[in-house]
Amino acid sequence: MIYLPLDTSQWISLDWSSLAQNFWSVTFDGLTFGAIYALVALGYTLVYGVLNLINFAHSEVFISGAYACVFMLTALGFGPSPLSMPAIELVGCLVAACVAAMAASAAVAFALERVAYKPLRARNGSRLAFLITAIGASFTIQYLIYLWRGATAEPAVIMFIPQPVFTVFGSTIDSQQILIVVAAVVMMVVVDQFIRRTRLGRGIRAVAQDPDTATLMGIDRERIIVSTFAIGGLLAGAAALFYVMKVPSGVIYNGGFILGIKAFTAAVLGGIGNIRGALVGGLLLGLIGNYGQILLGDSQWTDVVSFVVLVLILMVRPTGLLGSDLGKARA
Amino acid sequence: MHHPIKLAAVLGSLALVATACGTAATNTGGGSGGNLKDLPAQNSIQVPANAANPAGDGKAKCPKGLTIAYIGAETGPNAQLGINIYNGAQLAVTQHNKANPGCQVQFKKFDTEGDPNKATGPVTQATNEKDIIGVVGLPFSGESAATGNIFEQAGLVHITPSATNPDLTKNGWSTFFRALGNDNVQGPAAASLAQKLGAKKVYVVQDDSDYGIGLSKTAQQALGSNVVGTDKVTTGQKDFSAVVSKIMNAKPDAVFYSGYYAEAAPFDQQLVAKGYQGTFIGPDGVKDDQFIKLAGSASDNAYFTCPCLPGELIPSFEKAYKSAFNAEPGTYSVEAYDATTILLKGIDSGNTTRPKLKQYVTSYDGQGLSKHFKWDSTGELSNSVVYGYKVQNGKIVSVGTIG
Repeated sequence: MIYLPLDTSQWISLDWSSLAQNFWSVTFDGLTFGAIYALVALGYTLVYGVLNLINFAHSEVFISGAYACVFMLTALGFGPSPLSMPAIELVGCLVAACVAAMAASAAVAFALERVAYKPLRARNGSRLAFLITAIGASFTIQYLIYLWRGATAEPAVIMFIPQPVFTVFGSTIDSQQILIVVAAVVMMVVVDQFIRRTRLGRGIRAVAQDPDTATLMGIDRERIIVSTFAIGGLLAGAAALFYVMKVPSGVIYNGGFILGIKAFTAAVLGGIGNIRGALVGGLLLGLIGNYGQILLGDSQWTDVVSFVVLVLILMVRPTGLLGSDLGKARA
Repeated sequence: MHHPIKLAAVLGSLALVATACGTAATNTGGGSGGNLKDLPAQNSIQVPANAANPAGDGKAKCPKGLTIAYIGAETGPNAQLGINIYNGAQLAVTQHNKANPGCQVQFKKFDTEGDPNKATGPVTQATNEKDIIGVVGLPFSGESAATGNIFEQAGLVHITPSATNPDLTKNGWSTFFRALGNDNVQGPAAASLAQKLGAKKVYVVQDDSDYGIGLSKTAQQALGSNVVGTDKVTTGQKDFSAVVSKIMNAKPDAVFYSGYYAEAAPFDQQLVAKGYQGTFIGPDGVKDDQFIKLAGSASDNAYFTCPCLPGELIPSFEKAYKSAFNAEPGTYSVEAYDATTILLKGIDSGNTTRPKLKQYVTSYDGQGLSKHFKWDSTGELSNSVVYGYKVQNGKIVSVGTIG
């Protein structure tokens, strides 16, 4: 039976006054989510730069980290009710959770590369074969988690209750928002510098520019590829920690799917293959989604607004906002 | 060359240190409310003496293989609501079969995951099994709407112990019966619960299910000018920060969430984390221990409405249920038990085909544990009550009838 809406009022309306009232709190929340998108987006962008592959299974790399984070925190005694513990102990727990999440995500990314993509490379698989494999791997991991954990979300793990730190234009910015945005931006700057300045980073850029020449110059391409997946995994693990912090009950087998799509969108928005683009795209997408949701008064619109903006920007700048790719990044 | 990665981790941790230090103090964020009245818990209810008993007189005779089915969520995000129901149904069948050696009724379960898109498969399967002559389910409104026609074509009688969307009985189905009051009763009851609590400003948030939309509408009508804002969320949504921001600005005394616990739990938890100090009111779809499990101590602010009886306050039922399933009866366990009992009584009195059993239920008139059962021509009960519940010390307790 086709469902007919019960209220026959306007099907779409713009709530400008609500946006005006909530503008700043929505902005801060949007930036927080944007920072998480950006970290995940880096994983897409790095792998794309090196392999020209959209690694659709990266969303599962992310959610594996989120599960590891929840398990670690649960083992440490965290649960749906906030604990009160000394700050230093809390930090220790958060670091432990961060390490667990990063390790799990990096391990899944590594395994994914070895099991799914390496055999294809060895047989010179077509780009389409890689893409289908990526989608297949994504579903496989997702439903393995489903079989293991079932269709219910994991109970919430509250790390700490966010405290208002300061007030801007009548809206409070809390400790959680600052933590997530600052930590994410710092990590991205580090990765950016890493790619620009280190030997491995140079190797990654060389492979991105011209794999054959890079190999001739003595770069071990396989090692570069594995490292790229691992770096993407580590960042996804960090993103997973922040995600669990922000959405404590959001860990469910398919919880990575939409977030993965959003992060991929962020990568495309900023210019796929471009590290700084991932940051810009992520933050922008977080803001746009939240503004759209408030303006249209319905959470169903968040994704619609995000993708409409993506299409509009790609019409004007087909290579994304910052365009150029990983290989062209200057040393 | 691996240092930069380590550096990233170290810097990340430093950022953690920097901001986590400010978190030791307790939260004293904004929001209003927190000074509403508290409704006392109810410790006992009057159990009707003449309630139908699945055991009957113990002399029933019936052909072998007759089957009653439960169709509804066994798994899925809101599975617990289904488990409460099929346990209640299972209990009735077990008691019946134990007492009546001459009439052994089979009990079968079909899983819909509570999802309207997945429900047609199991329902078609069940209607094709000729031994199934009566069904308890489907629990949710969306899946009931999606599958009612299949039951109707098969002439298979089904009693829902929990689907409350009022429109379900407007389809002209002769096989659909509702063992509880619908949302035309529950919506106003939610409004009167808010009033009893002293809430002047209520913010209404609905999900995108048939149930959530329908209930939100009747609740808003009853709340009238006390509604200070409304919002919509999506099934499966995990982050509610935008809605929470709007609510914190509107400063309501109470938030009424029209939907299921899978979204209500993270929503309430995120509200409280932002410093919301008012009351959270949920309907029957939220009233489950899973809500408390998922939301943790944030659920302390929750009240519920439910056209369901507190089964745990019926001593005989509570004891039998607990010994069978090692759990307290849940939401709609009693209603499912009553619905199954009606089907079993029909079978015991010789109605062993689908048309006969449907006829039996249509003209049924008798007392059950939860209420008196007599349906009008559309399948609605002629009278029904709504109970209020609240979270107290991590458990859901009844606060008595509210309308």
